[in-house]
Amino acid sequence: MTDTHTAPPRQRSAKSAKQPAAQAAPQSRTNALIAVVAAILVVALFLFLILQQPRETKPTSIGFSLNSFFRWLGNQNQLVQIPIVLVVFGAVVGILLLLIEYAPRPGKLYFWIRLVACFALPVLAFMLLRPYQNALLYVLGIAVVLGGAMFLLDYRSREGAGYHFQLVLFAAPAAILLLVGLVYPAIATFVQSFFDKTGKDFVGMDNYVWVFTQPEGTWSVINTLIWVLIAPAFATVIGLAYAVFIDRAAGEKFLKVLIFMPFAISFVGAGIIWKFVYDYRQGDQLGILNAIVTLFGGEPVSWLAVTPLVNSLLLMVVFIWSQTGLAMVILSAAIKAVPPEQNEAAELDGANAWQRFRNVTVPGIRSAIVVVITTVAIGALKIYDIVAVMTGGRANTSVLAFEMVNQQQRFQSYGHSAALAVVLFLFVTPLIVFNVIQIRKQREIR
Amino acid sequence: MGKTRGRRYLAPIALAGVFGLVLTGCAEGGSDTPGASGSAGGTVRISGGITGSEADLLQQSFDGFTKDTGIEVVYTGDKGFEGNIVTKVTGGDAPDLAIVPQPGLLKTLIGTGDVVKAPSAVDKAVDENWSPDWKAYGTVDGTFYAAPMLANVKGYVWYSPAKFKEWGVEVPKTWDDLLTLTKTIQEKSGAAPWCAGFESGNASGWPGTDWIEDLVLRQSGTGVYDDWVAGKVKFTDQPIADAFTAAGKILLNPSYVNAGFGDVKSINSTAFADVAAKVADGTCALTHQASFLSSNFLDVKTADGKAPTVAPDGDVYAFVLPGMQEGESQVEAGGEFVAAFNDNEATQKVQEFMTSADFANARVKLGGVISANKKADPSNASSEFLTDAMKLLQDEKTTVRFDASDLMPATVGSGSFWKGMVDWIDGKDQATVLSDIQAGYNN
Amino acid sequence: MSTGVDIIEPIADTRTARQVARDTRKHEAMARKRLTSRGATIAALIIAIFWTIPTFGLFVTSFRPGADVQSTGWWTIFTNPSFTLDNYEQALNSGGTALTLGESFLNSLAITIPVVFFALAVASLLAYAFAWIDFKGRNIAFVAVFALQIVPLQMALVPLLSLFSRGLTIGDVTIFPGFDLRDMTHSFATVWIAHTIFALPLAVFLLHNFISEIPSEVIEAARVDGAGHGQIFFRMILPLAAPALASFAVLEFIWVWNDLLVATIFAPSSSLPLTQSLNSLSGTWGNKWFLQAAGTFISIIVPLLVFFGLQRFFVRGLLAGATKG
Repeated sequence: MTDTHTAPPRQRSAKSAKQPAAQAAPQSRTNALIAVVAAILVVALFLFLILQQPRETKPTSIGFSLNSFFRWLGNQNQLVQIPIVLVVFGAVVGILLLLIEYAPRPGKLYFWIRLVACFALPVLAFMLLRPYQNALLYVLGIAVVLGGAMFLLDYRSREGAGYHFQLVLFAAPAAILLLVGLVYPAIATFVQSFFDKTGKDFVGMDNYVWVFTQPEGTWSVINTLIWVLIAPAFATVIGLAYAVFIDRAAGEKFLKVLIFMPFAISFVGAGIIWKFVYDYRQGDQLGILNAIVTLFGGEPVSWLAVTPLVNSLLLMVVFIWSQTGLAMVILSAAIKAVPPEQNEAAELDGANAWQRFRNVTVPGIRSAIVVVITTVAIGALKIYDIVAVMTGGRANTSVLAFEMVNQQQRFQSYGHSAALAVVLFLFVTPLIVFNVIQIRKQREIR
Repeated sequence: MGKTRGRRYLAPIALAGVFGLVLTGCAEGGSDTPGASGSAGGTVRISGGITGSEADLLQQSFDGFTKDTGIEVVYTGDKGFEGNIVTKVTGGDAPDLAIVPQPGLLKTLIGTGDVVKAPSAVDKAVDENWSPDWKAYGTVDGTFYAAPMLANVKGYVWYSPAKFKEWGVEVPKTWDDLLTLTKTIQEKSGAAPWCAGFESGNASGWPGTDWIEDLVLRQSGTGVYDDWVAGKVKFTDQPIADAFTAAGKILLNPSYVNAGFGDVKSINSTAFADVAAKVADGTCALTHQASFLSSNFLDVKTADGKAPTVAPDGDVYAFVLPGMQEGESQVEAGGEFVAAFNDNEATQKVQEFMTSADFANARVKLGGVISANKKADPSNASSEFLTDAMKLLQDEKTTVRFDASDLMPATVGSGSFWKGMVDWIDGKDQATVLSDIQAGYNN
Repeated sequence: MSTGVDIIEPIADTRTARQVARDTRKHEAMARKRLTSRGATIAALIIAIFWTIPTFGLFVTSFRPGADVQSTGWWTIFTNPSFTLDNYEQALNSGGTALTLGESFLNSLAITIPVVFFALAVASLLAYAFAWIDFKGRNIAFVAVFALQIVPLQMALVPLLSLFSRGLTIGDVTIFPGFDLRDMTHSFATVWIAHTIFALPLAVFLLHNFISEIPSEVIEAARVDGAGHGQIFFRMILPLAAPALASFAVLEFIWVWNDLLVATIFAPSSSLPLTQSLNSLSGTWGNKWFLQAAGTFISIIVPLLVFFGLQRFFVRGLLAGATKG
C-alpha cells in the first residue's frame, strides 16, 4: 500500500530531506501547543457549562433539527420514507465527498472553503441536536474552539493542508456512531463489573470470582470456549469442502441456495426447526432423531438434556447448520477468483486434485478463509438466541452471552452480568491477534 | 473527470433543491401535531406479555371505551415482555401503561422510580371491587400503584369425567383421598395416572412452584403461607420441606408419573401445555395445572379424533386440588396488574376504566378469561368451567392467596425457585435443593 | 510470471470489470478440468439433502393441522396425508387491530432497506480511510474497531435508548434533549441509528479486507490524473468494491430483517417489524408451533428474494480482487 498525499506531490530530494527533519521539531511543538490550548479551552467551557445555575429553559434550534426532521418523516407512509431518507442521506454523504474532494486543493478559494467548513460543520452538528438555551453559548463555544483547532492543526500539518481535514471527514460519521453506541457502553460495562448489583457499592473483583466459581459462571466460560473452537472450524471445513465439490458442477446455483437457506432463517426459526429434530417424548415421536432411534428399537433419548457436553454439541450443530451457508458462499466466490492458469500449470506439473487444492487453491483464498473463520467465531462468541430458545440455558448449556442476559433480566444482578461481558471481551483477543498476524502476512506478500 | 462547467454545478444545485424541499417540510414546530395516529382525545399505549388471540381480544375489549370517550387505546404484546420492560423503563422509553404479570416484577419497576402512584379514582374503585388482598399486591411500601386486571385460578386438577366413570371413581374431597385415588387408578389402568410438564424455556420449573405453593397453603395454612412469601419462613424450614415431601409422593414416584411422556425426569423436558393432549386422548388421568389450560384443549383431539368437550360430564374437566380436611376451600390465584408511568389525563381515564365492571364484563364476555372483580358477572364467562372458576374467586368463603413465587423477589420467585424445581425433578437431594432455593435471596 | 506454486505475485490488472467477467467466463468454458470429480458432486448432494431435511420438516409442519402437529411426527404426512392452509391463513390475518401482518411487513422493509445503505456508506468511508490513508495510529484504530464486534448488543441497549429518550443532561444542563418520536405514525429513526451502529464493526472489517486488496496501481493512476480522495472513493473504489458491497448488503439485509430484539426495544409500537408480529402468533400460554412454522416461511420469502437478486455479485464475491494477493 502506498501512502497517498493530497497536496501536489512534493519532490523529495536528498537536499530537502534534511530540512523537513530540522523543521519538524519546533513545528510539532507548536502543534502540540495549539492542541493543548484548545483542549484547555474546551474543558473550561465544559466546566462552565455544567456548573451553571438551573433555570427555566427550552431547546433552541435553527428552524429545523434532527428531531423535527424525524418527526416530519415519521408521519409519512412507510414506503415513502425509504426513498426520502435515502435521498437526504445520500445528499449529506455527497456533500461530505465534495468537501473531501475539493477542500484539500491549494489556493485561496479552497482555503476559505476549509475555514468555513471547519467552523460550520461542528456548529451545525451541535445545533441539529437542539441544546437548551442555558447550554447554547457554551456548546457553540466548544464547537468553535474545536473547529478552530482542527483548522489550525490541519493547516500547519506536515502532510499539507487538507490532509487531516479529509481524514476527519472520512472517519467522523463512523467514529461518532461507534463512540456513542459501542465504546461508551463498553466502558460503562467495564466499570459496572466492579460494582455490586445495586451499582453503588464497589466490590472489586468479587464479580469475577463469582464468574469463575459458581457453576453457572464456570459452565458458561467452558461452553463458550468449546463453541468458539468447534463451530468456526466445522463451518469453515464443511463450507470449503462443499464449495469445492460444487464448483462448476451442474445445478451449482441451486445447490448453493439449499445450503444458504438456513442462514436466511432467523435463529428463533432455526430453534423451532430443530425442536422437531431433537424432540423427546414417549409414544409417537415428533423429533426425527428419536424417530430413527425408535425405528431401530431403541428408547427415546432426551437429547437436549444429555450432559456432559452432548447437548451443547447438539446446539452447536444448529449454529453450524446455519452459518455454513455463509462460509460456503464466501469461499466459493474466492475459489472462483483464483486464476485458472495456476491450476492448469499445477496439473501440467503432475499434481493431483488434492495437491492442487492444497497448494494452489488454499493459499489463493487464504484471506477469505481468515475472514470466514473470524466472522463465524465472533458469531459463536455472541450466541444467545439458540441457547435461549432451545434449552433456556439449562443442563449446563449456558454460554457467556446468555448467562449475561440471564443475570441481567432475571436476577437483576448487573455486576455479575457486566463481569460476564468483560470475560467475553477478553475472549476476542486471540481473534484480534490472529487477524493482525494475517494482515501482516498479507502486507509482506504484497 | 472531463465534465463541462455546467454539469459540475448541477449536482450541488440539485442537492440544494432537495434540502430546500425537505427543510420546508420539517421546519421546527410546523409538524408538532401528532399526525394520523393521534385522535381527538389522545392515545394511550399499553404494553404487556399477552400475545396472540388473547391480545386481539384484549384490544377489542376497549372498543366501547374508545367510542364513549374518544381516547384511543393501543395494546402491544411482547413475548419477551418480562425481560424487555425493565430495559425500556430504565432506558427512559416506558409505555403509558404496563400490564405486569408478577408483583415481584412490579416491585422492580417501582424501584426504578418511574412508576406513578395510582390516581385516587382508581384507589377507590379497587377498594370497592376487589378484596383487600388484591390491593395489597399492587402496593409497595404503603403506596398503592397498580390495580389488578384479570385473574386465573391455579391449583386445578384436570381429569377425564368419562374415564372416571369407567373406573368407577369420584372426585376426591381431601388430599388423602387424592392419594388413594391415584393408587386406585394406577391399579385399574396399569399405567401411571399423573402427567406433568415443567418445561417453559427460560421459565422452566414454574409449574412445580405451583404444586409446592398449593400444598403449603393447604397443609400449613395462610399464616405460614404469608410468612413464607415475606421471607420470614425459610425454604429450609419444616412446613416447606413437608410440602416438598408431599408433592414428591406423586411427582417423584416412578409408578405415578409421567403418563404419556416417560420417566420422572421427562417432566423437565415436557412443555407445560403439552399435558393437555395426553389428558384429552386418555393416556393421562390427572394433571395439575391452572385454569388457563382450558384454552389449550381447543387444539387437541380425543382418542376418537374429535375435539374434547370441557364439561363436568364431558371428556375433560377439572376439580380444585382438595385440602387436608373436607369442606376446606383454598385456591391459589394469579393475575396481572396495571402500572402507569405518567399521570396524563387520558392515561388515568384508561386506568379507571380498567378497574370498572364494564371492562371486566366486556373482556370476560369475549372469552377465555376470568376476573376477580366483585362486580363482574360470572355468567359472562365463555364456558361453564370458567364461570365456576370465577364464582370461586368471588366467593367470600374461598381462601384466596396470590401465587407465592410471583410475590417473592425475582431472584427467588423467577430465579432460584424455578431452577430448584427443575433440579428436584432431576434427582437432586431435597435438603440441598431447599438450601439452594433459599440462597437465591442472597443473589 | 509465477515462479512457483507457493509464491503468488500480484499481477497488474488493467482490464475493466466487464472484460474481467468476459475472460472469466471464457476460462470456465474452456476448462474441461474441474476441481472435483463426479464422486464429489454426489457427496455435495448428500450434504445438501441432510441440510435441507430439517427445514423441509418445518415446511411440512406448516401445512398440518395443529392437533396433528402435537401428536405425530411430520413424516407421517406421507402415510396419513392431512393438509390445511389454516395456519397460513391465521398467520396472515393475525394482529387484529393493533398491528396487522401487512403493516409490520411494510415496517420491516422500511427498517431494513435504509439500514443497509446507511451501514454500507458509513462503513465504506471508514474502511477506505483505513486502507488508503496513512495516519498515525491507523493500526490501533483498526484493531479497536474490529474488537468492537464483541461488545454484546444487550449491553448497549439501555445507554443508547436512554440517549434517544432522555437525551444528554449533565448536572442541570441539557445538551441534547433527546428525540420525541412516539406519537408519529411510523417512526423508525431510532431503529435505523441503532442497527447502523451495531452493523458498523463487522462491516468495516469485511469492507476493509476487500478495499485494501484493490491494486495500488489503479489508485496511483487516478492520482496522477489529479483526482483527490473524494473522486477516487466515489468513482473508482465504489464500483470496484461493488461485489463486496453487494455481498455485505445481502448479509446485513438478512440480519436486520430477522432481528427482533433491537426493534422491540427501539421501535415505537406502531413501527414494529414482521418478526415481532410473527413472534406474537402463539398465544400467551404455550407455543403454537404450527402457527410459528407458517410464520417462519412467510418471513423467509423476502431475504431469499434479495439473495437471488444479488446472487451474481457473490460469484465475484467478497474477496475476489482484480488480482490475487
